[in-house]
Amino acid sequence: MVSLAIFGIQSSTLAVTAALTGVALVAAALWMAGLLSPRSFNPQKGEAYECGIPTRGESMAQFKVGYYLYAILFLMFDVETVFLFPWAVKVKALGTDGLTAIAVFFGILVLGLVYAWRKGALEWK
Amino acid sequence: MYDLSIITNWIHELLLSVMPGWLATTIECVAIGVALLLVYALLALFYIYFERKVCAAFQCRLGPNRVGPLGLLQSFADMFKMLIKEIITLKNVDRFLFALAPYLVIIASMLSFSVLPWGNGLQIIDFNIGIFFLIAVSSIGVLGILLAGWSSNNKFTLIGALRSGAQMVSYELSIGLSVLTMVAFAGTMSVTGIVEAQKDLWFIFSGHIPAIIAFVIYLVAGTAETNRGPFDLPEAESELTAGYHTEYSGMHFGFFYLAEYLNLFIVSGVAALLFFGGWMPLHIPGWDGFNEIMDYIPSVLWFVIKAIVISFVIIWFKWTFPRLRIDQLLNLEWKYLLPINLFNLVLMVLVIVYGLHF
Repeated sequence: MVSLAIFGIQSSTLAVTAALTGVALVAAALWMAGLLSPRSFNPQKGEAYECGIPTRGESMAQFKVGYYLYAILFLMFDVETVFLFPWAVKVKALGTDGLTAIAVFFGILVLGLVYAWRKGALEWK
Repeated sequence: MYDLSIITNWIHELLLSVMPGWLATTIECVAIGVALLLVYALLALFYIYFERKVCAAFQCRLGPNRVGPLGLLQSFADMFKMLIKEIITLKNVDRFLFALAPYLVIIASMLSFSVLPWGNGLQIIDFNIGIFFLIAVSSIGVLGILLAGWSSNNKFTLIGALRSGAQMVSYELSIGLSVLTMVAFAGTMSVTGIVEAQKDLWFIFSGHIPAIIAFVIYLVAGTAETNRGPFDLPEAESELTAGYHTEYSGMHFGFFYLAEYLNLFIVSGVAALLFFGGWMPLHIPGWDGFNEIMDYIPSVLWFVIKAIVISFVIIWFKWTFPRLRIDQLLNLEWKYLLPINLFNLVLMVLVIVYGLHF
């Protein structure tokens, strides 16, 4: 089914239009700001703002590994959620049979969460 | 109910009668783009004023009251000030990524903005997987924030961006599962379909307990998703100066500001769509006279007012609760909201399969 939205235009065309509108907004506002705003040069202006103290060392550095753990957990659960969507649309039609089938899938998902929890992946250390 | 598609169809026919199809489509696309731009900018300006006034009321102040009557022109003045400020490009930034970040943030919010059900026949993007598309595009925004923080080459922005990434990614799960719960109830992913399904009764009433739990979780997760309220760690000004957008100046900063307020509207709009019937007027089965009267209120007004009322609640959170710590924030999501949400999904599915809803 090709769903037609406003003016009978295809939705994909409209999605491209909306994205281009976003680009146009940023470009136009930056252009206007370029015309209106003053410009001056000062070597101190180019420094990073870290509360007035000169920057020490590289800022694009290594960071806490805890953030990665949450990213990996998120990936797992998000992909599972994506798989649940097609089933969710047809819950009523599939009835009890669909329920038992998805219960197995859902059980594995919950087991994954329990495993991560028991392993301490959800603790912020 | 006024069906606005009659007007748009009339314009379409009128254009087709004087020019070939491809030209008509181009003109219509440009018109939609201009309309989107205007509504986007006006809503952002309105929200800035609204937030400041509400905040003032909570703190027993007057809020902006000097520029124009009741301070109504304050946000226009702010916008103009932002335009005439110098855009500083720093020495050590990754120039390409630094310039790219605002584009990503704005495109993400503009795309999800145009999926919302604006009114009867005013649905702009209407995929048959509309709500899924909305979740997909709204998660592009986090990329923009991560890029902004990383490319600025500043410790504060890096910490702010990482916090924001962890937070938005975590709470996206809760949003996804709440939406999944309501999609299961509606039986369709199309935005028009979801609105049509609430013709007799809004989902928050017809889905009773599971729908109410889903709504509360959605509201909490939505607040976190917009980096607001008690969850504003990414830009915690007392610890990180301004978080991920510390190094952005002038209009460059303005885009993050715009997108933040628009995301507030989008989150409230989706809540209105999923739980309060989108543009559908309040209908109570059996009360035919009441339903008739409600139909006289324009559908656009219904949608915008619902969204603004929900945003008011989210702003209320911001001025009521103290800021959380990062570990408390992640615990709240992974140890409370996620298990409750999974349980709620099972509850909802049982309600649907055994027909326990109204």
